[in-house]
Amino acid sequence: MIEKQINQKAWFMVLPVFLLVAFSAIIPLMTVVNYSVQDTFGNNQFFWVGMDWFRELIHSERFHDAFLRQIMFSGIILSIEIPLGIVIALAMPKEGWGVPVCLISMALPLLIPWNVVGTIWQIFGRVDIGLLGHSLAALGIDYNYTQEPIAAWLTIIAMDVWHWTSLVVLLSYAGLCSIPDAYYQAAKIDGASRLSVFRYIQLPKMQRVLLIAVLLRFMDSFMIYTEPFVITGGGPGNSTTFMSIDLVKMAIGQFDLGPAAAMSLIYFLVILLLCWIFYTIMSNVGEESSNGGV
Amino acid sequence: MTFNWMAWTTPTATFFIVIFCMLVGMTIWEIKCPGGAPRQSILHFETTRGDRLFVSLLGSAYIHIIWLALFASLSLWWAFAIACVYALCVFRWV
Amino acid sequence: MRWKWLVPTLYIIFLLLPIYWLVNMSLKTNQEILSIFSLWPQNLTFDNYKVIFTDASWYSGYINSMIYVSMNVVISVTFALPAAYAFSRYTFVGDKHLFFWLLTNRMAPPAVFALPFFQLYSSIGLFDTHIAVALAHCLFNLPLAVWILEGFMSGIPKEIDETAFVDGYSWPRFFVKIFIPNIASGIGVTAFFCFMFSWVELLLARTLTAVNAKPISAIMTRTVSASGLDWGVLAAAGVLTIVPGALVIWFVRNHIAKGFALGRV
Repeated sequence: MIEKQINQKAWFMVLPVFLLVAFSAIIPLMTVVNYSVQDTFGNNQFFWVGMDWFRELIHSERFHDAFLRQIMFSGIILSIEIPLGIVIALAMPKEGWGVPVCLISMALPLLIPWNVVGTIWQIFGRVDIGLLGHSLAALGIDYNYTQEPIAAWLTIIAMDVWHWTSLVVLLSYAGLCSIPDAYYQAAKIDGASRLSVFRYIQLPKMQRVLLIAVLLRFMDSFMIYTEPFVITGGGPGNSTTFMSIDLVKMAIGQFDLGPAAAMSLIYFLVILLLCWIFYTIMSNVGEESSNGGV
Repeated sequence: MTFNWMAWTTPTATFFIVIFCMLVGMTIWEIKCPGGAPRQSILHFETTRGDRLFVSLLGSAYIHIIWLALFASLSLWWAFAIACVYALCVFRWV
Repeated sequence: MRWKWLVPTLYIIFLLLPIYWLVNMSLKTNQEILSIFSLWPQNLTFDNYKVIFTDASWYSGYINSMIYVSMNVVISVTFALPAAYAFSRYTFVGDKHLFFWLLTNRMAPPAVFALPFFQLYSSIGLFDTHIAVALAHCLFNLPLAVWILEGFMSGIPKEIDETAFVDGYSWPRFFVKIFIPNIASGIGVTAFFCFMFSWVELLLARTLTAVNAKPISAIMTRTVSASGLDWGVLAAAGVLTIVPGALVIWFVRNHIAKGFALGRV
């Protein structure tokens, strides 16, 4: 841990970043706040409505449903991707030709543009031309993601697992690689079981990177937009309309600026709270482990 | 370059000016007595006064939202009063 | 333990299958795609790729994406370097809160900002330019760049700075001559991440462009809705968007594992 000097001039080094991000973050945020208390019929004519949009939104079923779907989606994604990622990272080779092969092929899905990910799965899952859809149909399983909500959900979850589990794998793998061999040898001498090696050596070392993984995966799944939009467009019905999809529908599709802005703000508050909780846990875990002197 | 599209209103402008003044005030406070008065909060981690301001602002926002959800017909000033009390508590104990 | 290799192997097969299917489709004619179901192309054809490379409305999309992504990488890294140095070496009033605020922008859903962004960039006359998309992507890439670089810089012992200052280096000279070579791999990883998130983002890029700076991914969505049937060309365009990413991965393969831990292992 580096002992840091107090130096107020350091602000000048941060200033360019601050101004650039503030330009892109604060002006739009102020605009959203302004819209959320007004109504408009276009032509830049606005009418003061106070807190009506918030009141309406909080009591609207559409918002509740989208919110619940979002929470459910993020929960399912996390509970699949995190354990799966850890298992794969544990089984990955530590040396030899297998390492670059694994790393490169696993990083590949992360660099595919999000709507192309959607397109890939849209094609892959189609009953007439897709490998997955066709094989399932051949096995006699009734599967059509454009008609049945459950099939649509399964497709989107499979797609997200396909797309993002690699991130968890790579993070955990980085954590595992930082464990010195001496630890494993000591465990061997003590006759420790596979499980206790995992519990007392590997898991604590992975703790920090796993927190980053949970944070990134949670946030990204919470604001998922492009991929489900391409695959299902929020349907069938409204069954895969997550928060971001609903928001864009409202703001750009129906041009309901006021309700969309109010929804943005509530969405943003939820993100802000969760982000703060994760960040606090993360920085406290960091302090404990650096004080522990490992 | 115009700012018509931002659709400013007096209340929202006041809101942002108040927030801005709070930040300036906190900076002056920090320069007068540096260190941020860190202490162990009841939530088992260290907080500075900046953290306390953030917790009170975020909490106040949630108080207003919950008030709207529960008592839609009552005035929002009640929620504002609760938020003020909450902020004082945060600065005193968290 | 002998079957351990099976886990990553199965996973990689699962990862590559959909990609293989896309490549497979891009090498078939439309007629073949729709009429017979086959695991590999029966009549191999490169016509779909020919369409993309000869039609300006297609390949200009790739050029546009490349331009704004490179702009964004350059802006993000150059702005983030001094800021990350400040965060890793000094404390100053409000540093922790500033850092947190930057991170919240990485976490904020782009959908929240899409509409005001459109109006903001229209009002300053930057709508439908490459720089507009590059600046908009800074919203999440700059905080990320600062975060990653700060992790790498904190790993450099402070003695390096102090020795250099004792030797009479000025700060800018020290930074360029000594410090930057020391964190070169960190800069590479940062550039990789900025490339990645700018390259894959669609919502903001689509909102901020109309004709001149339209990214390839937006052109693809339009084609889906307009014709809806030209699966071969769509698949070929998809394959071509994977290529730049694959190339970039190849260059950073040795740093990937550490890079994904954002320098914090």
